[in-house]
Amino acid sequence: MSSKGYSADLINRQSFIELDARERATVLFDAGTSRELLGPFDRVESPWLPMQGVTPQEDDGCVVMKGKIAGQAAVVVALEGAFQGGSIGEVSGAKMTAALDLACADNERGIPTCAVILLETGGVRLQEANLGLATIAELMASILVLRKHAPVICLAAGTVGCFGGMSLAAGLASYVVMTREARLGMNGPEVIEQENGVEEFDSSDRALIWAIHGGEQRYATGLADALVDDDARQIANAIRRFVAMGVPTVHRSSQVTVYRSRIEALDTSRQWDPKEFRALWARNGSNEEKR
Amino acid sequence: MSEYTGVRGTVWFRALTGQASPMLGDPKSVLTADAPLGNDRARFLCVVPDPHARFPCARHGEVGLEEAATLATRVREVIEHDKNTIKRPIIAIVDVKSQAYGRREETAAIFLAAAAAADAYGSARLAGHPVIALVVGHALSGAFLTHGYQANRILAFDDDGVMIHAMHKEAAARVTRRSVEELEKLAKEIAPMSYDIRDYAKLGLLYKLLHVENPEKPSQQEIRNVQNELVAAIADARSGPVDLRNRLESKGAREMRKASILVRAKLEAQWLEQ
Amino acid sequence: MEQIEFNYPAKRKVLKRAHVGVVGSGDLEVLLEPAEGEVAHVFIRTSVDGFRNTWKAVLDRFFTKYDGAVRIQINDAGATPGSVQLRLEQAVEVSER
Repeated sequence: MSSKGYSADLINRQSFIELDARERATVLFDAGTSRELLGPFDRVESPWLPMQGVTPQEDDGCVVMKGKIAGQAAVVVALEGAFQGGSIGEVSGAKMTAALDLACADNERGIPTCAVILLETGGVRLQEANLGLATIAELMASILVLRKHAPVICLAAGTVGCFGGMSLAAGLASYVVMTREARLGMNGPEVIEQENGVEEFDSSDRALIWAIHGGEQRYATGLADALVDDDARQIANAIRRFVAMGVPTVHRSSQVTVYRSRIEALDTSRQWDPKEFRALWARNGSNEEKR
Repeated sequence: MSEYTGVRGTVWFRALTGQASPMLGDPKSVLTADAPLGNDRARFLCVVPDPHARFPCARHGEVGLEEAATLATRVREVIEHDKNTIKRPIIAIVDVKSQAYGRREETAAIFLAAAAAADAYGSARLAGHPVIALVVGHALSGAFLTHGYQANRILAFDDDGVMIHAMHKEAAARVTRRSVEELEKLAKEIAPMSYDIRDYAKLGLLYKLLHVENPEKPSQQEIRNVQNELVAAIADARSGPVDLRNRLESKGAREMRKASILVRAKLEAQWLEQ
Repeated sequence: MEQIEFNYPAKRKVLKRAHVGVVGSGDLEVLLEPAEGEVAHVFIRTSVDGFRNTWKAVLDRFFTKYDGAVRIQINDAGATPGSVQLRLEQAVEVSER
């Protein structure tokens, strides 16, 4: 430790997790290039929440911004984890899907436009149930089309993480970026404990939760493409790198042969130690297809 | 609202294909067969319970790692095989309890397995294959996103044993901190929350609601009718675009998804202005 | 959910709109926009019923110091009076930057 105390790096470090969705989206763009679409003053809110006594948010918990990242046209969709757990309703889902469809149309017009999705969500908003679920299916369909033209980059930073139906959207992404604090999985610990008991998953065991769903584990097992610190600049740079990389040769969700053989090789007679599992699915394992 | 029984998938798979088995090397929980349908030879797929499945949390009709990976494989096989020829229809017969809830599943990234299956179905649709989902029983949440929800057209039976939803009633009540009775009351006034398939049909996502007297014991005539409806759905899919815009252009969407339609129009207008 | 409205006299023209906050548990969002005339209108939607008097007290206090002609919309999910005061001040600060 130098006599001056903390390094300049530490002083300049800005927590990304402490930012709200709007601030997170803004920080990813090249300075001065971003503008918000369908912001709070457009007042497109959930028609369903007021009907059941729940106060809506004017952007329905989804921020859409358009601008440039690393000089290329980009749309960022950021879910607000503090509003209804970032859950997907009719309007927030429609905003995400429409944003990706418009990016796709621009690509077809000759303007390379990528998408970055900030996933802070527990999945479907139960107060809108079937419209939330349907809109996730439609978002997935739009990701499949857009990712042929330009990268769809998903970022899970925390603290809500990415669970439920939206984890399938992350599964379809061109690239997944995670912090150590973030978690990514289809079912959260409480739901698993509820369905199959505490032996199956002790939802009070925080170490276990992060050992299975956490960013470090996902990165070590090849399910995320980058592990970043909770630092706005580092995260923005990671996103920039993936924007510049362009569309991968093969998307992770299309590598079925590899993935299927990995599942077939698993010894299901016991639970696996997560650290031990990293050796099985190591990032640079010989079975891994180059991306 | 009836419980998931796990029999309807096998019943309808056998009724429509004359077969009821997995393909060589596949787990018993995924039935796959190629069978005539109208003038096509269609690939049928169905997830069914396998009490001896390798994964303990996927033994009662859940869509787990093996099920999702197998679906992805068998659908991609069709895409590859039909690359330079007529795009065969792909029929997802849907009666799934839920996704599999397990530690093994989460460790081995079931979210990716599910995405892989959805990717396969969606890619098949984009390649020109008519993908049809026939919901004969339950279609819940992650399981439906994996197997069925990427279809061009969705058909469902109109009986009480059919349920499309994001979460089972008891769990949904617990999560939203309401009683089941309160949830049921809300569901009556708020169509997207309803557990009744006839309310789901109002949302404009279904191509057609079909009536079968007893879905667990269909008559020969009823089976033929369902086949004809599938053939019609295939023709309708072939006559339209390969994306999912029909879900927002339907009569139901214009009534029940006004906010979605407004979002798309307003976002486009703002996107284009500089 | 309860809807509450208040009006206060206003003198000053306000130029810029402002949005702050999130409708999270114990929090609120505030949308502040310039309005015509010499009145400030406040519209509140809150998921916690029965606190009209508390809202009035907070707003009465706020408007003893603020005289902008504005339309303020509040979407509330159970914020404390202290948090409401804070968000209102933040909104004013943004609108006067």
